[in-house]
Amino acid sequence: MLDNAKIPGFIGKKILRLISLLLVVSFISFMLVQYSPIDPVRAYLGEMAVSAEHKEKLEEYWGVNTPPQEKFLNWAGSLLKGDFGVSLIYRVPVTDVIKERFTASLALMASSWLISGILGFVLGIAAGMHKGTLFDRAIKTYCYILTATPTFWLALILLMIFSVQLGWFPIGLSVPIGVTAENVTFFDRIEHLILPALTLSILGVAQIAMFTREKLIEVMSSDYVLFAKARGEKGLDLVLRHGIRNVALPAITLQFLSFSELFGGTVLVEQVFSYQGIGLATVAAGLKSDVPLLLGIVLISAVFVFVGNLIADIIYEFIDPRIKQQESTI
Amino acid sequence: MSTAVVNVNRSLFRGLNLRQKTLLIIGFTSLLLLAIVVSSLFIDGESLSTDFGSKNLAPSLEHPFGTDWMGRDMLTRTLEGLGLSIVIGAFASLISAVLTIILGLLSSAGKTADSLVSWLVDLALSIPHLLLIILISIGLGGGAQGVIIGVALTHWTSLTRVVRAEIKQLKTQEYIHISRNLGKSKWWIATKHILPHLIPQILLGTILLFPHAILHEASVTFLGFGLSPHEPAIGIILSESMRYLSAGYWWLAFFPGLSLLIVVLAFDLIGENLGKLMDPKNAHE
Amino acid sequence: MENKTEINAKGKKGTEALLKVEDLSLSFIQYASGLRQTELKVICNLSIQANRGEILAVVGSSGSGKSLLAHAILGILPSNAKLDGKIEYDGQELTQKNKEDLRGKEIALVPQSVTYLDPLMKISNQVIGAVEEGKEGLMKKLQREIFQKYDLKPDVERMFPHELSGGMARRVLVSTAVMSSAKLIIADEPTPGLDEKTLNETLSYFKDMANKGCAVMLITHDIEAALKISDKIAVFYAGTVLEVANVKDFKNDGENLRHPYTRALWNALPQNKFQAIKGHQPMQDEVVDGCIFYERCSKKNELCSKGIPQFKKVNGGVVRCNNVS
Repeated sequence: MLDNAKIPGFIGKKILRLISLLLVVSFISFMLVQYSPIDPVRAYLGEMAVSAEHKEKLEEYWGVNTPPQEKFLNWAGSLLKGDFGVSLIYRVPVTDVIKERFTASLALMASSWLISGILGFVLGIAAGMHKGTLFDRAIKTYCYILTATPTFWLALILLMIFSVQLGWFPIGLSVPIGVTAENVTFFDRIEHLILPALTLSILGVAQIAMFTREKLIEVMSSDYVLFAKARGEKGLDLVLRHGIRNVALPAITLQFLSFSELFGGTVLVEQVFSYQGIGLATVAAGLKSDVPLLLGIVLISAVFVFVGNLIADIIYEFIDPRIKQQESTI
Repeated sequence: MSTAVVNVNRSLFRGLNLRQKTLLIIGFTSLLLLAIVVSSLFIDGESLSTDFGSKNLAPSLEHPFGTDWMGRDMLTRTLEGLGLSIVIGAFASLISAVLTIILGLLSSAGKTADSLVSWLVDLALSIPHLLLIILISIGLGGGAQGVIIGVALTHWTSLTRVVRAEIKQLKTQEYIHISRNLGKSKWWIATKHILPHLIPQILLGTILLFPHAILHEASVTFLGFGLSPHEPAIGIILSESMRYLSAGYWWLAFFPGLSLLIVVLAFDLIGENLGKLMDPKNAHE
Repeated sequence: MENKTEINAKGKKGTEALLKVEDLSLSFIQYASGLRQTELKVICNLSIQANRGEILAVVGSSGSGKSLLAHAILGILPSNAKLDGKIEYDGQELTQKNKEDLRGKEIALVPQSVTYLDPLMKISNQVIGAVEEGKEGLMKKLQREIFQKYDLKPDVERMFPHELSGGMARRVLVSTAVMSSAKLIIADEPTPGLDEKTLNETLSYFKDMANKGCAVMLITHDIEAALKISDKIAVFYAGTVLEVANVKDFKNDGENLRHPYTRALWNALPQNKFQAIKGHQPMQDEVVDGCIFYERCSKKNELCSKGIPQFKKVNGGVVRCNNVS
């Protein structure tokens, strides 16, 4: 199926696009943070009172007095060498923080991405098949309510029910306190993962289910399904033979295009559950003006979103035979 | 389309046809939202005064939403927060719509301008929305203006895409060609022929932006990048409630969040139903 | 009532009728802008019949609702359609349930274009269709035979619909009907956009089917193509059939044709007078009290504006016109 001649051009174009994107994103983000009226040292200290001497030291550490152009060139220069700088609040290289935190978040995002994708697809197909019935209306109502639900509120509700009232899950932190990294068992991780992943899964279902439902209804009213019906195909067999075949690719594509919202959801959910992932690091870096870490996270999240879009593009350009059909008719 | 409310209407107003039902839903939800905004304006400081004699009360007839640790009535706080959310959502959506019109018309000006617009759309979509709002909010020093601008600058993309597609389609129309051949300027065509066609689309799009804007404002405020802790915002209320969760004060989080959900749903409903009135293609369901 | 029994009697006299459509009306409930409900009548009081071993062409201009007639017979109308009248297949009334049981087995549709094939399914799977377990091998063999007969190369089996050329697509679509061994074939616009050679080839497939004893209903806007192979021509106009004529009636100036519209159609052909008829068909939401052709008719009289003319049997055909005897 793959059109081999198209691949080098495709890859080249995408790499160029990623580079130019990262350049612009890093410049704009840097400018936004640099020219913020918020005093970074004050933000870091919060309500804490310190001596003038100590504050001066901190200001130097934060680089408050270095001219912005010089700071940007320094930062961008080391960035090119793969050095994202040192996180001001964690006092370790930004790359280490991101590596550790992003891995934790990836487990969260991947599990909820998969669960919501599969569940949403199945619900969407079921609703679309029974269009207009009570069952369909129930699923649609459920999805409508979910899209209007604040992520962090649902997280709070789940936390109250399952952790506070029932006591089934720990209230915070992605690993138990006082246990060194090596001693954290797989089970510990899972236990802390379930509620945040559940929150994101429940919410993620809505978009994919609604899309699958609409798409299935569209497919089921297409000429080719009409013809299949005219040939005696019906019921579940008809949906399995023609419906799912034609809905699956667009649905998977959409799921890959949702990386941006997935990331946003993770930030909110991690905040509620104190899950030690990239989201919590983002909030900490933002509130305490940890510029190197914040910028590092911005770049990583841009790459993350880019990868999702890229996979969607690949499905679109190379796997779906209908695209070539459109090209050949032009 | 049918949602919870439509289902209720099916049995409540069996005698009405779809058109009447749709108009009724729009009227009713608009009234609800208006009532929230108006009542939030008339809340005086007195009912929000601290009263340590009645702190941390569970919901009762006197305090349907309960009270917080300073004895403040949560219903009053919630109403005020919702009013604020709607106003902020309105500002952000309006700015987004203005941006959309400007960029839409710009994209109709020529090939270079059009690719610039599509590049801007791609750029705005390249970072997760929430992160971009946080960045912009930091850049502007937080507060209401930070959130409004942050939300406005991240929500114009979807509507701009719709408008761009619409313009592309309009430009193939015969009368636009005739105008061009008659020597009318691009600006003349854009404002006299293209803009009037786009107004209903943009109006509907702006209403549909509302729910997203409100949810994002609340989220960013909840994380601590939006409105200051002194404002009566829903995000602030919920972030405060986190401290009292383990004490079992569930009403501090439950009712304010549920109210926000209902407001967002109301905007969704208005948008959906207006859309159905304008484009009846999907009304058969 | 009298006229109807006459038509039925005629059916028994000639070749045996396989499909009888009587007084069929079809309308759609729709929502217009602002969600005002409207009813759109697309077919009204239509009666035709298709006989075994014959080709019945239903000829009418594009977009006049001919395809919906096919969909009504097969029971694949959208949910907002309202269907009245009687459809009989092989002496048995066709209910929705019967339609669902018979379609694909007894009744086959040859669709009008490649969009009726699943864009993501390989051709051979589509031609074979859904089969019961255990029969795959047999059906595969049959499909190979049919492909060979229709000069479709083995590599077509593995193609996707968009990879087919126009002629290939046509043969693939016809072969789906042959696979089913149906007795009633409904071909919906099978000839548009075909070159002379492919057109004749396609038409010959249908002639073959009729020769084998099938009843073929050929729905088309191309009267010339219809005349090449059909036995009877039903003239479809604004949702109903104005005349059913025998092919031999289309001769010379068409003096044997019964209805003014049929005659006008005949005269509009390039090889005849090439004279187009003035006016247009009434819109689907227009209410017409009298004869549906009243506005454009050259022979209209007062009677024609009051009530729809009943079917009359004239000279071996039927016609809905007051001025024919």
